[in-house]
Amino acid sequence: MSKRRVIPGFGLSLGFTVIYLSLLILIPLAALFLKAAGVGWRGWLELLTNERVLAAAKLTFGASACAAALSTVTGLLVTWVLVRYRFPGRRLMDAMIDLPFALPTAVAGITLTAIYAPNGWIGAYLDRIGIKAAYSPLGIFLALTFIGFPFVVRTMQPVLEDFTRDTEEAAATLGAGRWTTFRRVVLPALMPALITGFTLAFARAIGEYGSVIFISGNLPYKTEILPLLIVSKLEEFNVPAAAVIASGMLIISFALLFCINLLQRWLNWQPR
Amino acid sequence: MKTSSFTTLALSFLLAGFNHAAELLNVSYDPTREFYAEFNEAFAAHWKAKTGEAVKIKQSHGGSGKQARSVIDGLKADVVTLALSGDIDVIADKANLLPQDWQAKLPNNSSPYTSTIVFVVRKGNPKGVKDWSDLVKPGIKVITPNPKTSGGARWNYLAAWAYASRKAGGDLAKTKEFIRSLYQNVPVLDTGARGSTTTFAQRGIGDVFLSWENEAHLIEKEFPGTTEIVIPSISILAEPPVAVVEKNAKKHGTEALAKAYLGFLYTPEAQNIAGKHFYRPRDKAALAKWSQNFPKINLVTIAEFGGWAKAQSTHFASGGTFDEIYRK
Repeated sequence: MSKRRVIPGFGLSLGFTVIYLSLLILIPLAALFLKAAGVGWRGWLELLTNERVLAAAKLTFGASACAAALSTVTGLLVTWVLVRYRFPGRRLMDAMIDLPFALPTAVAGITLTAIYAPNGWIGAYLDRIGIKAAYSPLGIFLALTFIGFPFVVRTMQPVLEDFTRDTEEAAATLGAGRWTTFRRVVLPALMPALITGFTLAFARAIGEYGSVIFISGNLPYKTEILPLLIVSKLEEFNVPAAAVIASGMLIISFALLFCINLLQRWLNWQPR
Repeated sequence: MKTSSFTTLALSFLLAGFNHAAELLNVSYDPTREFYAEFNEAFAAHWKAKTGEAVKIKQSHGGSGKQARSVIDGLKADVVTLALSGDIDVIADKANLLPQDWQAKLPNNSSPYTSTIVFVVRKGNPKGVKDWSDLVKPGIKVITPNPKTSGGARWNYLAAWAYASRKAGGDLAKTKEFIRSLYQNVPVLDTGARGSTTTFAQRGIGDVFLSWENEAHLIEKEFPGTTEIVIPSISILAEPPVAVVEKNAKKHGTEALAKAYLGFLYTPEAQNIAGKHFYRPRDKAALAKWSQNFPKINLVTIAEFGGWAKAQSTHFASGGTFDEIYRK
């Protein structure tokens, strides 16, 4: 440790980091797992293989993945437009991206429900062609897309800003067509940021509660998400069961994020 | 900016010291908002005239079960006015904030007013809904909140159960089957009664809304000419109870005030306000005055279900009949 560092006070800052992370994350999580451990292995197995929990898990993770995937594609497009083109109202649009961050999720949920309900502005048209938006899994997907979208744009933006047009032009001079340039030059450079954006949007969506409970019908087996199931368990004063479901959710989320990180690394090592 | 806000803060403390306006927190359930808003004013006037002391009453509303939970988790309620006695029992059991025999402390099972469950349908009753048996027909959409979180929803559930059980001649399997088909017609389970009102009245979802009687009248007031009330052949006598949360009141020094507050609910003046807000008054004169709002209904009581503690564990606890009817 004799090497001099740019920022002094390594010991102090590391100490702060450790204490801060413990207070903020580790201790609450430890308390959660401790509470969950109270029911024993059999209790865990019973709760986590319960049909209703499984249905809710499938819906939560499935809808979150779909929403994050859609956000990734549309997010790339929107970022591209915002970064590469200059047009009136660009700054306003740029600022608008952050709205889902700032809006209380309950407000988002109520607004989306009002619009997509069978008597809402958009919902009325969808209803006419037989599509049920609010109070269905589709509604949950919409809410999760809404709250996850900014994560993708905000992770993509700085990367795309650094990725100047020269590179594309160089590819063109070497005889690459548009598609080839996009597939072999642009996309690989953006891939890590895209994956990070997807991951953030996905992680955010899994835990989302506030907006979803308004737009989903909250029906067991059909439109019930895991966070709602946790809250219902709490309402029944069944804290250990709530803790078990929460822990299960955390473990799965952590495993998924870990896999995505591995993928990220593997991609970074790939020769371009 | 900062100094001025500090000054204001200091000043307000000072004023509070001089004025000493007593404060009371009433933790209540969803549909009582309008009733308690008016009642609190009447009580404040009464208290001022009687003792010369100004009183400020704060209200908190939400699903009854959720509210009970908040009190257990530390919401400093001086009085609770919830949708069913089971929720106050839980506060007594889990947090020991009031004695087990709280319900004997005030007249009429500590329920100054009663209510019941009725049907709300769209204007003209296009689906021809007349009784519980119509709710299980295919194509009928029923709106009711989730009994796990909402007190009103539990009354709904039990009222439906009472009908089904009579129809099945007491056969348990047939009763459950009826309830299962009823809940299969429910497209949205909101967490509280107010949420369901919004879903039905504002979003236009559903053909029938199982509603508190007072909430049904409130919809007629808020959305005039869009709904009708249908009285089923049988319903349940809901006795929303009130109680002083004794430990909290003691700590805040508001015992006398809290007691007087709940006692005032039984006075003719308050009974009249209850009737006006479509709660059925206990007071005969008030009931007579508002009788046009309260048609005679054949009502069963919670005693039929063996009291709230039993009803709760049989029907709404984990693995109870409500969980059962949703199991595939």
